[in-house]
Amino acid sequence: MIRDPKDLKRYTASERANHWVVGISFILLALSGLAFFHPAFFPLTQLFGGPVWTRILHPYLGVIMAIGFIVMFFRFKHLNKMTPADKEWLSKVDQMVDGDDHNMPEQGKYNGGQKVMFWALAISMLLMILSGIVIWRAWFDLPVDIVRLGAVVHAAAGAVMIGLIMVHVYAAIWVKGTIRAMWYGTVTRAWAKQHHRGWYRQMTGK
Amino acid sequence: MALQSLDIKQRSATTTPSTQVRETIEIAKLIDVSACIGCKACQVACSEWNDIRDEVGNCHGVYDNPMDLSAKSWTVMRYTEVEQDNKLEWLIRKDGCMHCADPGCLKACPAPGAIIQYSNGIVDFHQENCIGCGYCVTGCPFNVPRISKEDSKAYKCSLCSDRVAVNQAPACVKACPTGAIQFGSKEDMKDYAAKRVEDLKERGYDQAGLYDPQGVGGTHVMYVLHHADKPDLYAGLPANPSISPLVALWKGFAKPLATLALAGVALGSLFHYVTKGPNEVSKEIEDEIEREDKEEAK
Ligand code: HEM
Ligand code: SF4
Ligand code: SF4
Repeated sequence: MIRDPKDLKRYTASERANHWVVGISFILLALSGLAFFHPAFFPLTQLFGGPVWTRILHPYLGVIMAIGFIVMFFRFKHLNKMTPADKEWLSKVDQMVDGDDHNMPEQGKYNGGQKVMFWALAISMLLMILSGIVIWRAWFDLPVDIVRLGAVVHAAAGAVMIGLIMVHVYAAIWVKGTIRAMWYGTVTRAWAKQHHRGWYRQMTGK
Repeated sequence: MALQSLDIKQRSATTTPSTQVRETIEIAKLIDVSACIGCKACQVACSEWNDIRDEVGNCHGVYDNPMDLSAKSWTVMRYTEVEQDNKLEWLIRKDGCMHCADPGCLKACPAPGAIIQYSNGIVDFHQENCIGCGYCVTGCPFNVPRISKEDSKAYKCSLCSDRVAVNQAPACVKACPTGAIQFGSKEDMKDYAAKRVEDLKERGYDQAGLYDPQGVGGTHVMYVLHHADKPDLYAGLPANPSISPLVALWKGFAKPLATLALAGVALGSLFHYVTKGPNEVSKEIEDEIEREDKEEAK
């Protein structure tokens, strides 16, 4: 049932499904990857049927995420081009974090912070895919210097990516009325007007 | 090898100290390259004692057979023909795990207890805890561990830890017909090596010496080399092996710091929420939209 037929459509069903495939595989990857990252996290292997299964499954989950991410990247790339308004938004991000959005410039479908997140995640994902393949001994046997570099890059980019996703998830929790965009694809007009006024105008013609 | 829990010095992926109370003497195997005739009795003894039978391979036109270490060949003889000063020399080196004092394999391994260093210096793989990730291969400066295609576990020379535990010398030592492989306390082996080096020098090998590389804290398998100034001549034995800086970075202080940073992000978010409050849609804007709707309805 649609609560308010005037709600704005933010994501199509296939965009949402795509995002959930990436999200679920990311969580599984982060949990299984952390298990090898430091002994403190090794007990996480129990979630995947034991240490050996964790080692076997992690890279295949990576393949699923990589495909999902690449598709998502090309869906959203054109919406994440940086504009001068985004730069202004970013220069005032401290006020936003402080909880005061009155001085923030008008934003389109995505704000400067979301766009930075998009590109930072895209770069991290690219590094994760390349380095992950390099250290995947079940299938590949590359020169040891490259594997050593791959191991460092995979661990470092993995930590960065987990940090980025924590911020991404927190932002969705903090800004009320956001998470429903990923559940049923719509947001209220008030939400859009407050956070993405440019997009609100475009959608409503007001 | 089963756990001998009292004699463990270091254990992979374990952040608390292992048993430190008992002190056993450090042992070492000394391979006198100058006395080796390349008969491969040690290779055979190794597969006999450890019950491993590698596939019968092909002849590659050289003496090396098998051509490389494998999950089922924990030691191989490497033969090199070297021409120096118009003299042809046939250098033969028994290759295998060096049992480093500072083992890169153990440092890299993410599975608790898959790699053990005993207090006598032996570095042993405990395959029942191995997950088959191959990080030990990445960490080893001597390119020793091999992952089995059959069970995806890592294997390498155990220095016959099961024999040494009951005061027996390793199988290869027993089999060597020329006494080129010696076994005893590390100290005794160094003394023995010193005599061998002296002898070689008298016979014109000015650069003879002991190979006990300090970059990995010394090893529990050492070589007497006639050309200790050029270990590289012996089928690429590294001159100054050490754990790669990339491996040290990968397994060093960065990970605990990254873990703290991630915990910081999680806690920071929580405290941001409870101090600043949620970012709600303002009542003003909601009312504005309601008003517009009413006007449109008229
Ligand atoms: C894109 C495809 C990916 C592939 C092919 C891949 C592959 C691998 C492989 C082969 C390992 C070694 C352990 C094992 O053999 O299972 C590993 C470790 C790891 N992976 Fe991935 N991975 C991928 C994506 C990711 C992603 C998206 C994350 C997200 C956080 C991640 C986090 C980690 C972490 C933290 C480790 C442990 C690193 C270490 O300390 O060595 N991986 N990965
Ligand atoms: S030679 Fe390699 S496998 Fe053997 S102890 Fe040293 S690092 Fe480990
Ligand atoms: S393959 Fe086994 S022994 Fe080698 S690092 Fe991985 S878990 Fe440790």
